[in-house]
Amino acid sequence: MKFDIYDFSSFTNSIDKGLMANMSPFWAVTIEMIIIGVAILGFYAVVGLYLVYAERKICAFMQCRVGPNRVGPYGFFQTIADLIKLLLKELIPIKNADKILFNIAPFIVIIASFMAIAAIPFAKGLHALDFNIGVFYVMAVSSMGVIGILIAGWSSNNKYSLIGAMRSGAQIVSYELSVGLSLITIVILAGSLQFSTIVEGQRNGWFIFTGHIPAIIAFLVFLVASTAETNRGPFDLAEAESELTAGFHTEYSGIKFAFFFLAEYMNMFIVASIAATVFLGGWMPFHIGGWEAFNGIMDFIPPFVWYVGKTAFVIFLMMWFKWTFPRLRIDQLLTLEWKYLLPINLFNIILMAFIVLMGWHF
Amino acid sequence: MKSIINYLAEIFRGIVALIKGMKVTGYYFIHPGEIVTQQYPENRKKLEMFERFKGEVVMIHNENNEHHCTACGICEMNCPNGSIEIISMTVTTEDGKKKKVLAKHIYHLGMCTFCNLCVKTCPSNALRMGQTFEHAVFDRTRLTKVLNRPGSVLMKGVDK
Repeated sequence: MKFDIYDFSSFTNSIDKGLMANMSPFWAVTIEMIIIGVAILGFYAVVGLYLVYAERKICAFMQCRVGPNRVGPYGFFQTIADLIKLLLKELIPIKNADKILFNIAPFIVIIASFMAIAAIPFAKGLHALDFNIGVFYVMAVSSMGVIGILIAGWSSNNKYSLIGAMRSGAQIVSYELSVGLSLITIVILAGSLQFSTIVEGQRNGWFIFTGHIPAIIAFLVFLVASTAETNRGPFDLAEAESELTAGFHTEYSGIKFAFFFLAEYMNMFIVASIAATVFLGGWMPFHIGGWEAFNGIMDFIPPFVWYVGKTAFVIFLMMWFKWTFPRLRIDQLLTLEWKYLLPINLFNIILMAFIVLMGWHF
Repeated sequence: MKSIINYLAEIFRGIVALIKGMKVTGYYFIHPGEIVTQQYPENRKKLEMFERFKGEVVMIHNENNEHHCTACGICEMNCPNGSIEIISMTVTTEDGKKKKVLAKHIYHLGMCTFCNLCVKTCPSNALRMGQTFEHAVFDRTRLTKVLNRPGSVLMKGVDK
């Protein structure tokens, strides 16, 4: 079995061949699916926990504080301790709640983000699902999470939960549009909806550089809209601690609450990796067309490191937004989308189409 | 045309304002020296509280073990929680006059809200706020303190 840090396809192919040689194709595919599922589940848990840690540390530094620093060196095991605490906590049954929907809601939220993560290319060959409509698939699946939020708000039998869920619905219906349109801007440039083709198309320069003005506008719009779509501050109206206690997850406790919490952070990770893949080249190293020596040096850094670095950069930007900007009111939120982002986005698509038509991109 | 220019200018101003805010938080993020958190149990030895910090009520004594308290009872009257009790006694001075002096200034730390009214209203500035704050004890009775030190007397010239 050959393990190559620069190209995982030989590694995955050898696993595939080994399984196929030893059992029927049905069982081989089943076991492959189980391996991928377990790997993604483990990745999900670790990334979710450490995103919470990163958020707490970054927010602390921005507010002249230290952040968690008691459990382990620099508080490194703080979120693990929190998770253990949440696992041990009582699940409080709510009187007059819609029991079935109440119990299903956290799973819908977490499954939506779990399905989206499967389509993300982590490195060359490290890509579970490579649909030819990958961008569309991720958009469709990740917007399913709002159904879970709506169900959670409705079934809790609590006015705060319901208002929070309705706000979340209004917010996601509005901002889904901007996310989709800003991705379409890049799809026009890439000429494909498939993630592997999009990444491959950035071999001679990331789309944010080759697409210049419209790509940068699309990237900014995507950042704003995706921050809103993940219900994070400054757009965290669905939670709105000050006026709605905790919004849609007011009535949830223990591990069910942890599911919502984890899903929020994983959604942030997913939109950050989509931004990194579509705008910043995914696992593709930083290349400048024609500079062979420079490109050779950049190729030396493994693709996985490039992917993680870019995703971390986008996540940091989103955390920076959250801990800097004041929260918007619901009418301001909808004004920002319908009066600013959407017209800019539509104009931007026409601009990008024109630039691609005239061949003015690099 | 003018409305379009206004629209674009509004977007531009909005972005500039947002970048200004991000500059402030970004500055704090890359300057760990700005952190104000005290690592309390570790830095206990060199921890210094601020001048305005109100930890407990103490009575000012000078080096001759003299205080300013004339046992007038104004602090006791002004205390909203009744955490001060003045116990006075009557003594006869050498020229035959009877005079009220302080026997015990009892201070119930457990009832005090550190409102500073006793310090503010004391006519002879006998009290001040101390900076110690580690007041935890295992027995509630130990929160009742006598503020005047044993054997201390009124400073000469305070009660004119």
